[in-house]
Amino acid sequence: MRYLKNVVTLQLNEAVCIGCGRCVEVCPHAVFHIHNRRAAIVERDACMECGACARNCPVDAVTVNAGVGCVTGLINRALGRKGDCCCTADSCC
Amino acid sequence: MESDRCCCKKSADCGGSSQHVRTLSPEWDASDFLGMIRMRFGFGRMSYGMEPGLYAMGSPTPESPVLATANFKLTVDVLRRELRGRDLWILVLDTSNVNVWCAAGKGLFGTAELTRRIEATRLAEHVTRRRVILPQLGAPGVAAHKVKSQTGFHVVYGPVRAKDIPEFLDNGQNATRQMRRVAFPLRERLELTPIELRQHFFAALILVLALGLTPVIWRGWDQGLWNHGWRGAIAGVACWLAGCLLGPALLPWLPGCAFWVKGAFLGAALAAGLAMAGVVQGLMPALGAVLWLGAGVSFLLMNFTGCATFTSQSGVKLEMKAIPAQIAAGILGLVLWSTDWWL
Repeated sequence: MRYLKNVVTLQLNEAVCIGCGRCVEVCPHAVFHIHNRRAAIVERDACMECGACARNCPVDAVTVNAGVGCVTGLINRALGRKGDCCCTADSCC
Repeated sequence: MESDRCCCKKSADCGGSSQHVRTLSPEWDASDFLGMIRMRFGFGRMSYGMEPGLYAMGSPTPESPVLATANFKLTVDVLRRELRGRDLWILVLDTSNVNVWCAAGKGLFGTAELTRRIEATRLAEHVTRRRVILPQLGAPGVAAHKVKSQTGFHVVYGPVRAKDIPEFLDNGQNATRQMRRVAFPLRERLELTPIELRQHFFAALILVLALGLTPVIWRGWDQGLWNHGWRGAIAGVACWLAGCLLGPALLPWLPGCAFWVKGAFLGAALAAGLAMAGVVQGLMPALGAVLWLGAGVSFLLMNFTGCATFTSQSGVKLEMKAIPAQIAAGILGLVLWSTDWWL
């Protein structure tokens, strides 16, 4: 299944990349590939902005506005309610 | 399932003592099964946890691998079930009883907790190799290179699913591409529907009561209920089931990429189905049903983005621009629907 096109905030600074391959390892949607000893984004629209790549990049070559894509959570936040996801005191996604 | 329970209540005290290694068995008892069912329906999820700390499965030696996980009990239960017959260490992190992926997103399954737990359990005294295997879905919270520099432990990301761990271990701790991919198959989508149904139960109940009873105002009890009300009650239940159960099940086959589009299609199709079945009669109520069921199912399915494993926050923010249209369509649809009662 594919989600919306051209919306994700994922950015890769290839000049800084050292080709360690951590981003390939942690990405649950195979967004990255190692090409000529550098990471490359090959499936940008598959990105779900979980932030695993950016968190694990030792040279900060990857940036993304990570967050949970959850309507309930975003509505809660907009209404100033607690819980940035659908998680309330008794339930969590 | 858990023996040698720690005498101390506070997890910090517990993990602080190196002789406190408890054991985990791969067997599930009746309470584990009941707990799993309870969790699928979302009852008491935030209190279904277990003591963080170091656990032994089988008879681990200092050479045995270490697997880290969250302290949501269902997570640990699935893990120990899949690791039957293995000798290894399980490092249970304190994630406030939240599962690995959600906890990683919140930073509960994170660099700080992992390094703290490695030190509190004196993990280095139990093993010769400074290496810890993390579930891949813990990666959004853990910076492997920082764990290495702070504790000396090398982080290896294991497969996404617990059932792949035995193969991963036998394969020299290498995960195949398939083990690293997150899919969202029918089974997983259906596992999440009980919580959806429960979450929207009261809204659905109010809708059913409102549509079922309001015609009584104009038509009296007899006519109001038996000529009009039952149609609304059925449509209300259908809306709830479509948005929380049918929509998630049919997700890949519904047209569109955005969930609100998929839901709108499903809701409109549902209205057409109800009209063909004779539940909805007349042009105005049928038009109304297309609008309010379209809007209702659209909104409910849009809420399923939080459960879906391929939706990005940027995409969801874009989708939410449909909310005013959903509200407008819902109100207009209900007005058209109600013409049947007072016209």
